[in-house]
Amino acid sequence: MGCGRVGSTLARSLDAEGHHVTVIDRNQHQFQRLGTDFHGATVRGTGIDEDVLRRAGIEEADVFVAVTNGDNTSIMASQIVQEIFEVPHVVTRIYDPVREQLYRSLGLDTVCPTTLIAGLVHEKLRDNATVPSSGGAG
Amino acid sequence: MFILVIGGGKIGYYLTKTLVSEGYEVLLIERDQHKVVTFTDRFGAVVMQGDGAEAATLQRAGASRANVVIATTGEDEDNLVICQLAKRMFQVGHVMARVNNPKNEEIFKRLGIDTTVSVTNIILSYMEQSLPDRPLTHLLTLSHADLAIVEASITGRSPHIGRPLSDVKLPPDVAVSAIIRGEDLLIPGPETRLQPGDEVIAVTHRASEELLREALSR
Repeated sequence: MGCGRVGSTLARSLDAEGHHVTVIDRNQHQFQRLGTDFHGATVRGTGIDEDVLRRAGIEEADVFVAVTNGDNTSIMASQIVQEIFEVPHVVTRIYDPVREQLYRSLGLDTVCPTTLIAGLVHEKLRDNATVPSSGGAG
Repeated sequence: MFILVIGGGKIGYYLTKTLVSEGYEVLLIERDQHKVVTFTDRFGAVVMQGDGAEAATLQRAGASRANVVIATTGEDEDNLVICQLAKRMFQVGHVMARVNNPKNEEIFKRLGIDTTVSVTNIILSYMEQSLPDRPLTHLLTLSHADLAIVEASITGRSPHIGRPLSDVKLPPDVAVSAIIRGEDLLIPGPETRLQPGDEVIAVTHRASEELLREALSR
């Protein structure tokens, strides 16, 4: 759910690996990101609507991924999918670290790009800081 | 009692106005700074700018000492998260959400929201109630007990006319609580006999509502 940069990239690579992929997005034009060689299905609508989820085949799904640009939308859709449709594996992207911690503690499998990227950048800065002293001779 | 209202749309605005005039301690959280300024002019210092789905905003608003949190924004996903944050992070005793899409009312209940209010469902039920010649009208749902209060109109064609209530075959978990006859309120007993024009008020399990409809509209 959510066919932005992350959603479309993920959908394309899962599709290339041979999985059955369905992508949900509110805007039809977002599906252009999937390219012409995408074999999966697309459903226009919001994933916080049970009927849209059913149309996307949620009742047969093994995995659901919510990567919309709104934390609350991703959270609500994931809870519907987990609680009502009992999909075995649900992954939710939550930008806000506070909400990410809360919903992780409530049983969602969450990814927080904010803390991930801040951590990665921080690591790079630390690595760079050690470069001048060791790399000076090269 | 301290009540936090989130969302300064029509519902949040009038709710805050009413609660303030009734003497409650109220704080309204609204995202739009212009609205905050306008509302502050009208109600005094009971309006705060912020996003109610941010834990930091709820913290600043004093959510941990709120008795009730009411989320009234136009987006269901926001109302759900606001209520869940209030309940899980700030241990608010009672959370209430406006439900914009009537389909979400059941979902919100399953996800732990204490009270849900769907404006669409309320309007529908009032309109349904006002339709002429309705054999059975749903008056109220008591969600915590899965019960409904319904009203049945007894027409002249009803086979139950003139028979004592104890003879009328009703589903097992139905309690006939009152009969309105003209202007009079009757508390029915087994010997009470139905007359054309009677309005029968009954408490029933929601699952038996359809059976009751059939039993009384025959």
